[in-house]
Amino acid sequence: MSSVVELAKKNGKPRHRGKVKVPTITLAHGGGGKAMHDLIDDIFLEVFDNETLAPLEDQARLSLSDMTALGDRLAFTTDSYVVKPLEFPGGNIGKLAICGTVNDLAVGGAIPLYLSCSVIIEEGLPVETMRMVARTMAVTAREAGVKVVTGDTKVVERGACDKLFINTAGVGVIREGVDLGVDKAQPGDVILVNGLLGDHGAAILNARGDMALSTPIESDCAYLHRLIDTLLSAVPRTRFLRDATRGGLATVLNEIAEASQVGIEIYEDRTPLRSEVKGFCEILGLDPLYLANEGKIVCVVPPEDAETALAALKSHPLGKEAAKIGDVTDYRPGRVVMQTVFGGRRIVDMLVGEQLPRIC
Amino acid sequence: MKYVDEFRDPEKARFLLEEIRVLVPQIRNGRTSTSPIYIMEVCGGHTHAIFRYGVEGMLPEGIELIHGPGCPVCVLPMGRVDDCVALAHMPGMIFTTFGDAMRVPGSKESLLQAKANGADVRMVYSPLDALQIAKANPDRPVTFFALGFETTMPSTALTVLRAKKEGIKNFSLFCNHITIIPTIKAILDSPDLHLDGFLGPGHVSMVIGNSSYRFIAEYYKKPLVIAGFEPLDILHGILMVLKQIAEGRSEIENQYKRVVPEGGNTVALDAIGKVFELREFFEWRGLGSIDHSGVRIRDEYAEFDAERRFSVPALKIADPKSCQCGEVLKGVIKPWDCKVFGRDCTPETPLGALMVSSEGACAAYYQYGDVEKIHDTRAMVKEVA
Repeated sequence: MSSVVELAKKNGKPRHRGKVKVPTITLAHGGGGKAMHDLIDDIFLEVFDNETLAPLEDQARLSLSDMTALGDRLAFTTDSYVVKPLEFPGGNIGKLAICGTVNDLAVGGAIPLYLSCSVIIEEGLPVETMRMVARTMAVTAREAGVKVVTGDTKVVERGACDKLFINTAGVGVIREGVDLGVDKAQPGDVILVNGLLGDHGAAILNARGDMALSTPIESDCAYLHRLIDTLLSAVPRTRFLRDATRGGLATVLNEIAEASQVGIEIYEDRTPLRSEVKGFCEILGLDPLYLANEGKIVCVVPPEDAETALAALKSHPLGKEAAKIGDVTDYRPGRVVMQTVFGGRRIVDMLVGEQLPRIC
Repeated sequence: MKYVDEFRDPEKARFLLEEIRVLVPQIRNGRTSTSPIYIMEVCGGHTHAIFRYGVEGMLPEGIELIHGPGCPVCVLPMGRVDDCVALAHMPGMIFTTFGDAMRVPGSKESLLQAKANGADVRMVYSPLDALQIAKANPDRPVTFFALGFETTMPSTALTVLRAKKEGIKNFSLFCNHITIIPTIKAILDSPDLHLDGFLGPGHVSMVIGNSSYRFIAEYYKKPLVIAGFEPLDILHGILMVLKQIAEGRSEIENQYKRVVPEGGNTVALDAIGKVFELREFFEWRGLGSIDHSGVRIRDEYAEFDAERRFSVPALKIADPKSCQCGEVLKGVIKPWDCKVFGRDCTPETPLGALMVSSEGACAAYYQYGDVEKIHDTRAMVKEVA
């Protein structure tokens, strides 16, 4: 017996929306029957209400002319989110799933427009957890000005996934004239970041709780398309942008050095780090350059635009701690070198595997 | 960061480097040999810091650092890793380990691969965490992979003492603790040695104190300076070794006085003495078998000894013939002179001990490397590939 609420209309006829009345999600909610419809109605349609999603067809139907008015190329991306724990200081998996995909569109110079939301749920997940995550996704999407227009749910047996996995794909439109590329860095260019590095990685490791450390580090999870818009309006000649997620700053810099066949020199004393993150890394023997971020971009701009770019980043709330951290050089193409705080120099390479704490 | 940044001050480094720059040619002018001054840092923690801060590149010509055997993860022989993997695959077993031992290759699997293949391998930050897991899972055997020098030995010993006191029956250790002194002696006894002095390990000395090193100064006539792990500590330690050489002294000196007491830590030493005894010999990757260089659990605590409780294969797996780790460790060749460095032996697919952990000399060179030297080697490697 589910209570019925009229919320949406299909073909002009009222449609009744189901309610989930049990506390945990079971395989029945993935079975294609009434339980699944109740789950979709109560958890997802309840929060992602919009005119594109409402007809509940198997695909979202998007107006081409609306999009071509914004730019001349379509950007299309997908990302899966499997974070553990699902909730952490500064966000949860739902916020990540919206911000991450919005950012993947935005760093290509695209205006993010539409997202999909596909969830894989492990049986036994509390319904309230799913509801909380879906609500966060809806609120984040609304604030970011993007619409979740299509989706899917699957429920798998216990052990087949870890509580909840989310995939979001995203579509956006790239403005005319914007042409960013990882292979476009040139010697003399300047490298900037929009703020403190490593917060997300440290927050997640800390939230897993097995370090017995208590630090107030919060994830930096945020959507960056408005910050990027500010930067691109001020410096249309920006060469390249990338969000420094898994693998951190070091990985993005190596990708640039390799693709553009340039050298990169960064300066440890100009790399913005929170003292809590520094301390966290000291204790565990981790290198903050490799810690993940969820709200940080690496920007490559021509030297004459460096000050304008820095000012543009700093003018946005998400870029207050922006800094020029390095230069593109013609020295040792393909290599990233860091001048250490101590005055020495060392190579900053790609990480071989996962960063593991050292024993002593 | 307070109490950390002070030890990374580039201004103070300049003063130390100026003194080093004066001393190095002075010492070399007084010698008949034209070879550089070779100083070995024994400890992997030093090696890591030297590369992390680019200390090596700041030193003047005529002085070279030899990166010693003090990375416990690196010197672990492949057969012991195979034993870990076999233990981890035993029915019901929860196998616990420090993080950086996860990737060390065995002959078939690393612990990371064993975990992917279904073994319950869990990363812990202290042996007490492993004991906690044992208490939480009383129906399952829990083994802790104990490794490291005297630095990590006290915490393992105290964990065994606590397990005994609390009567915990499902907890055991796979003991791979090693001890540094016999290994330094083995290096000093090797005929192809080129060493003028040592930087002594800071953390180990915090436990064992200074007196155990005396034979190095008195019998082998080599200076040793116990040094801390910040880059200024390391430069200061190097300067102190150079001063001893210049003045014709060979003494045991302590640069790391803020942490290392002369007599060591007696509480820690007592715990070690209660739980562990020396093994007759222990196998080291890259160096072979060294007498009295490892410890095992005493009979009184046999119930906590995984080697006695379970049957482990205990096979000896020889290092690949092409590896020249031993020669690198003794300073006979540099990492990039090894035939397989960067070709068959890389951090992704390490053949030799020194490529295994970031504290190993070869991995450190490969990843952080001397910007000038490494590039040429790696460019060459790429061309060959």
